[in-house]
Amino acid sequence: MAFKKNKNNTLKSGSLRKPAFLVFVAWWCLWTPLHISLLRHFDVGDTAAITDGVISTLFLAAMCGFIMNNMRYYLPKKEKYLYVLVMSFALSAIWLAILTMILKTIFKDNTAYLQFLQHTAVLRYAVGFLLIACNTLLSLLWHTQKEQQKENERRADTEKLARDAELNKLRQQLQPHFLFNSLNSISALTGQQPEKARHMIQQLSDFLRGTLRNEGQQWVSLKNEMEYLQLYLDIEKVRFGYRLQSKTDCDEAALQMLLPSMLLQPLVENAIKFGLYDTIGEVEILIAAKINSGMLEVTVQNPYDESTAMPMKGTGFGIASIRRRLFLIFGRQDLLQIKKEPEKFIVTISIPQMANENKGVQ
Amino acid sequence: MTKAIIIDDEPLARSIIKEYLQPYTNIVLAEECSDGFEGLKAIQQYQPDLIFLDIQMPKINGFEMLELVDNPPLVIFTTAFEEYAIKAFDAHAADYLLKPFSKERFDKAIQKMLLQKNNLAQVVTATALQAPAQSSRIVVKDNGKIKIIPLQQVHYIEAADDYVKIFTAEGSFLKKKTMQYFEDSLPQQEFIRIHRSYIVSAQLITRITPYEKESHIALLTTGAQLPVSKAGYSKLKTVLGI
Repeated sequence: MAFKKNKNNTLKSGSLRKPAFLVFVAWWCLWTPLHISLLRHFDVGDTAAITDGVISTLFLAAMCGFIMNNMRYYLPKKEKYLYVLVMSFALSAIWLAILTMILKTIFKDNTAYLQFLQHTAVLRYAVGFLLIACNTLLSLLWHTQKEQQKENERRADTEKLARDAELNKLRQQLQPHFLFNSLNSISALTGQQPEKARHMIQQLSDFLRGTLRNEGQQWVSLKNEMEYLQLYLDIEKVRFGYRLQSKTDCDEAALQMLLPSMLLQPLVENAIKFGLYDTIGEVEILIAAKINSGMLEVTVQNPYDESTAMPMKGTGFGIASIRRRLFLIFGRQDLLQIKKEPEKFIVTISIPQMANENKGVQ
Repeated sequence: MTKAIIIDDEPLARSIIKEYLQPYTNIVLAEECSDGFEGLKAIQQYQPDLIFLDIQMPKINGFEMLELVDNPPLVIFTTAFEEYAIKAFDAHAADYLLKPFSKERFDKAIQKMLLQKNNLAQVVTATALQAPAQSSRIVVKDNGKIKIIPLQQVHYIEAADDYVKIFTAEGSFLKKKTMQYFEDSLPQQEFIRIHRSYIVSAQLITRITPYEKESHIALLTTGAQLPVSKAGYSKLKTVLGI
């Protein structure tokens, strides 16, 4: 994504520089006949007028080109306008000196022209100064704006990177304890039921592979996410035995809808932890999905005990991180709702279905 | 002969301990329990020498259960949580096994435990050093039943010989702990030691009136009146910002 954006940029600035150059050339092409026709009013003769016009325009253009090019490497940060003023004064003086010297050499026998040259020196200087100053000012603005644009892009890129990193972190908050406890179960099974141990290793591998595969921020169908979730539930069921039960109830249409990958697993993990550690006896986790006004609505329910649930700090974190993730993706705070019924803790998340071209971008 | 109990909410986690215990003919497994409540009952019933204790368990965790045992036996903690190790050793742990653990590591824990069993004095001093971690609830025994009191429900705590009395809206509960323990473990912005014998929930104080020289009386929203010592008064002033 970032790469693509950069590529676009270089293209843009490259294609912009070309028309700017054409305008520059066209301007001086127009300026030359103007200069020549002006000189002809003063009866200096056609040859002198054309030579004078071409040479002075050529050198003036060179001066402007020099300052424009110079600004690509050195852009004044402080005292910008003083810089413009001083540069314009200096360059127009240099220009006039060179011009007078060359014209004097060419027309050294034409006294009328030499006199004319002397008379118009101040006027020439004024015109040269104005043109160079305008040119310098324009290119200063142009370069400053470009720098600003680059700065903005850099800032946007940084922000996006930070957001991606945060999303990544939120998504990967897989509890290491889950892994260690599962390994402990496998260790127990190896001695007593090797076949089951092998099966659980398989499930755990599939689950972990799923975590790795979903490295990028992808959108997956609910069907995929549910399969992945089932793997997780199966592993947890081996760990907790009869105590953990689960039930899923998903509408056929809802299964085809899309959601950011790995969004439901922390929610279910939270429900399991909450349910198992907050109550005694069997725990049934209910996962339901349906379509509600165009959004995919997923509900996860677990039993809980109101009187002791309050101090459980650990559980709040799972939900907070899902809420944060939803906010980072959709920019909305209202997509996760918590409902507490006596002995039932229900979390509902709504997932807006994004337009096709946006998929995978977030 | 060593009598042992396993307390862990995961059946497979219990079974691996059982398996590792098999070669030890001098260790008898009296009972296995799947939560702290069963654990307490079994400890009372069998008076074991050793318990294998998981930390994260339903309702009350391993530490909270242990607090309710009057003369705790030797404990080998078994958990996937590395971060509890320091607390575990403070709670007179014989050893701390990180799941999953090997047979070799388990054997080492048993050796360590047997050494400590023959040299009990060392363990007892360790108990006295117990430094509590901040907790968000207090677990007490009430007529043989276990009660979990969230801190929000605690009004004040009063010293009563070897015990402390915890006052809540539902009445008072005894717990075998020192005032110092609660002063250290309760959040200091919410609970203030206002007197040698009293720790009070700061948000319940409605009025503080002078009483005799250098001492005060704090009036709670519940109507209770508690003495405030000179030191307690200056503590109150800093916390409440008077």
